[in-house]
Amino acid sequence: MQIEFTLNGRLIYEETSDDETLFHLLRRKGCYSVKCGCETENCGLCTVLVNGVSRLSCSYLAARADGCDVVTLEGAQKEAEEFGSFLAAEGAEQCGFCSPGLIMNVLAMEKELDSYEEENVKEYLAGNLCRCSGYMGQLRAVKSYLSRGENRNEC
Amino acid sequence: MNVKMRTVNTSVQKKDAKALVTGKPVFTDDLAPGDCLIVKVLRSPHAHALIGQIDTEKANKVDGIVCILTYQDVPNKRFTMAGQTYPEPSPYDRLILDQRMRFVGDAAAIVAGETEEAVDHAMRLIKVDYEVLEPVLDFRKAKDHKVLIHPEDNWESLCPVGADNRRNLCACGGEEHGDVNELLEQCDYVVEQVYHTKANQQAMMETFRAYSYLDAYGRLNMVASTQVTFHVRRILAHALDIPKSRIRVIKPRIGGGFGAKQTVVAEVYPAIVTMKTGRAAKIIYSRYESQIASSPRHEMEIRVRVGADKNGILQAIDVYTLSNTGAYGEHGPTTVGLSGHKSIPLYRTPRAFRFAYDVVYTNCMSAGAYRGYGATQGIFAVESAINELAEKIGMDKVKIRELNMVREGDIMPAYYGETLNSCALDRCMARAKEMMEWDRKYPSVDMGNGKVRGVGVAMAMQGSAISGVDVASVELRLNDDGFYTLMIGASDMGTGCDTTLAQVASDCLECDLDQIVVHGTDTDVSPYDSGSYASSTMYLTGMAVVKACGEMRDKILDKGAEYLSCEKDTLEFDGSRVWQPAGGLEISLKDIGNKVMCSNNNMLSAGASHTSPVSPPPFMVGMAEVEVDKETGEAELIDYVAVVDCGTTINPNLARIQTEGGLAQGIGMALYEDITYTDKGQMIQNSFMQYKLPSRLDVGNIRVEFESSYEPTGPFGAKSIGEIVINTPSPAIADAIASAVGARVRELPITAEKVYREIK
Repeated sequence: MQIEFTLNGRLIYEETSDDETLFHLLRRKGCYSVKCGCETENCGLCTVLVNGVSRLSCSYLAARADGCDVVTLEGAQKEAEEFGSFLAAEGAEQCGFCSPGLIMNVLAMEKELDSYEEENVKEYLAGNLCRCSGYMGQLRAVKSYLSRGENRNEC
Repeated sequence: MNVKMRTVNTSVQKKDAKALVTGKPVFTDDLAPGDCLIVKVLRSPHAHALIGQIDTEKANKVDGIVCILTYQDVPNKRFTMAGQTYPEPSPYDRLILDQRMRFVGDAAAIVAGETEEAVDHAMRLIKVDYEVLEPVLDFRKAKDHKVLIHPEDNWESLCPVGADNRRNLCACGGEEHGDVNELLEQCDYVVEQVYHTKANQQAMMETFRAYSYLDAYGRLNMVASTQVTFHVRRILAHALDIPKSRIRVIKPRIGGGFGAKQTVVAEVYPAIVTMKTGRAAKIIYSRYESQIASSPRHEMEIRVRVGADKNGILQAIDVYTLSNTGAYGEHGPTTVGLSGHKSIPLYRTPRAFRFAYDVVYTNCMSAGAYRGYGATQGIFAVESAINELAEKIGMDKVKIRELNMVREGDIMPAYYGETLNSCALDRCMARAKEMMEWDRKYPSVDMGNGKVRGVGVAMAMQGSAISGVDVASVELRLNDDGFYTLMIGASDMGTGCDTTLAQVASDCLECDLDQIVVHGTDTDVSPYDSGSYASSTMYLTGMAVVKACGEMRDKILDKGAEYLSCEKDTLEFDGSRVWQPAGGLEISLKDIGNKVMCSNNNMLSAGASHTSPVSPPPFMVGMAEVEVDKETGEAELIDYVAVVDCGTTINPNLARIQTEGGLAQGIGMALYEDITYTDKGQMIQNSFMQYKLPSRLDVGNIRVEFESSYEPTGPFGAKSIGEIVINTPSPAIADAIASAVGARVRELPITAEKVYREIK
């Protein structure tokens, strides 16, 4: 079937099959930032934004993206670099394989959460697994990022 | 060379950070050519079986299928997938495809096609006739079992490790120092217990993967997510029975390894497809495959006997380890050694020790190398036993360690007789005790709501490289405008060694970090390095960098003397210029770099290898605070305090992240991550739905500090950090739970059910 959707700001028409996942389609279109770590919606590596909401592309049929606005890290380079600089300042990107998924979810969280209390942040990001960092460095980076430009620490 | 630390011991960012956080295509699958054949492995549904016929006729007719290989199509030459220095201690017990299936998931056929759909379709159409055999699934019964896992005549053990395929033995051995039995009989207090650890998965986020192609010279090029590029080259040569000169191995960015990628798990499959078809080929393991057919930790059952006199002074330790290597022997003979060699030497006082072991084959998934490499298992057992001994004596668990722990200057009979030149274990303990407020919290605090908080403690050590075996090499070149290229053979798998090794070079050459370009690793280009494992990278490769920089400085002075037409011994090099303090002559490094590109006979290149006769241990103390629900047995980790002595921290941020990450993995091992089999030998935890990795909600609060000693044989006083960090959570958390509710769980993971059953 043919679907039509916006990918990183560009309208595209694409042939897809009934069972193709959005993850496969995105990699096919050269969005190599999107990674897969588990195939079972447990790790968060394949997180992308569909109409501004975090979605796990490994378990999201490509056909469902028809008519939607899809953003991967390729389409959020400025934001990635900004939050990424906080991550790198902690050394918390480590292998970097889970970074794109985490960053997409942090960007979604920033828009969605009213309060950046530590417990809220941890709960929001709980689906983003990381095997290198033990999460503490990521948390330090998220805190510094969310309170950037402020004198006080919000969480 | 006497240089100051400017870049070393600072938290510079990783050189690849920006590419990683902006999601650039730098990993194996991002780089694979678009026309790669897709390679998959058809896997055995039986734990033990012999293949009769394989009917591939229908599968071969599937549109897009290019090649299907069976055991009849591969060299009948056994090899090991273990990434170790040749001759490998791991037995040569594998073929690329074998007629005998030894675990559920063993490779029965290789299928390659133009698309994943075609390959999946073809896999369903292959008909394999299996003669199902009785499996050996209980590792306690495997030794001398009537069923042999490896009855084949061409099974071979290259090293004297006590292996015997006619007894299902991958290795056995032992050593004794002093009279253990007699001393234990005289002890006032003796603990004898058995501890059981599981075959945990490294679960790095990037699963196993590799692709291969033939280059312009017809050579096999292999791009692999590996920690051991040079071992991959040798192992592929053995497996494919082709000369090593025909193989090139390249490592791009790696999405984590933790030892998993110290075994050549996936590379042989695309390699043989490329050799057979001449086509580029790639394999990407699913998480399912990475769970059921990979290289996890060796399951071990460890019996500890330890005794003390009436004052709590240890008299003797006796450790026997039974290790389950599974269907193949990768890292079997070596991991087991660490269960004794990296646990018993934590204590200086015992006048006798004994360490014995058996490593057995079973029809479970083959084990491999996982961060800690046997030390993790041994330390869980010995540290738990010490805690039980303290309880028996009625002594504080910090106190018993203060009385008995190893100290700087000690000679360690259970650690190859090495002298301990750097050790801040005592300071680590004192600081951890302060951070945890141990005296206030020990042993437990009743919260009054059915929950009790308890604290627990454990110590740990590891090594720094394999003494007398591992080799690290680097090459250093001076380029125009005076920047350097540092070629390393060590594999940065996310840990940051490309950056930390550049930090060492930067200080040795007194230049900015940006002046050092790091290249690694490509077996056609990089100097030989055994690889990034055994906590060797900073300790060994770092020293090779120090040596090479020394040689480079000397060569720069030679050139300076030539260009300034004066005696070399009147000159100095300060990192940016060669100058003559007495006469005022000088030439900049930039000018030297540019001048050598015209009319020059001496290449400004320096190379150095380094090996070490000793393996200085890093040390660590971990303390856990847990809250246990008395009604359900559920334990929540509240706080984890860790104080580490890794020598000088070359990059404090990266050392901290290593520590926090290793602790989280250790917490997973302690509380969540289990590997179990059905009675037919099928592994149950075959996805992240069943194999529970700790999320950020499960790790509590982790607090890390460093108490550095100075290791005289390491670069700038550094030892190692990568592995030791996973060793304390299991014993410390088990002990905290015991302190809270009296439930001593001796089998990992410590689930609520096990705690509940032990609550008195």
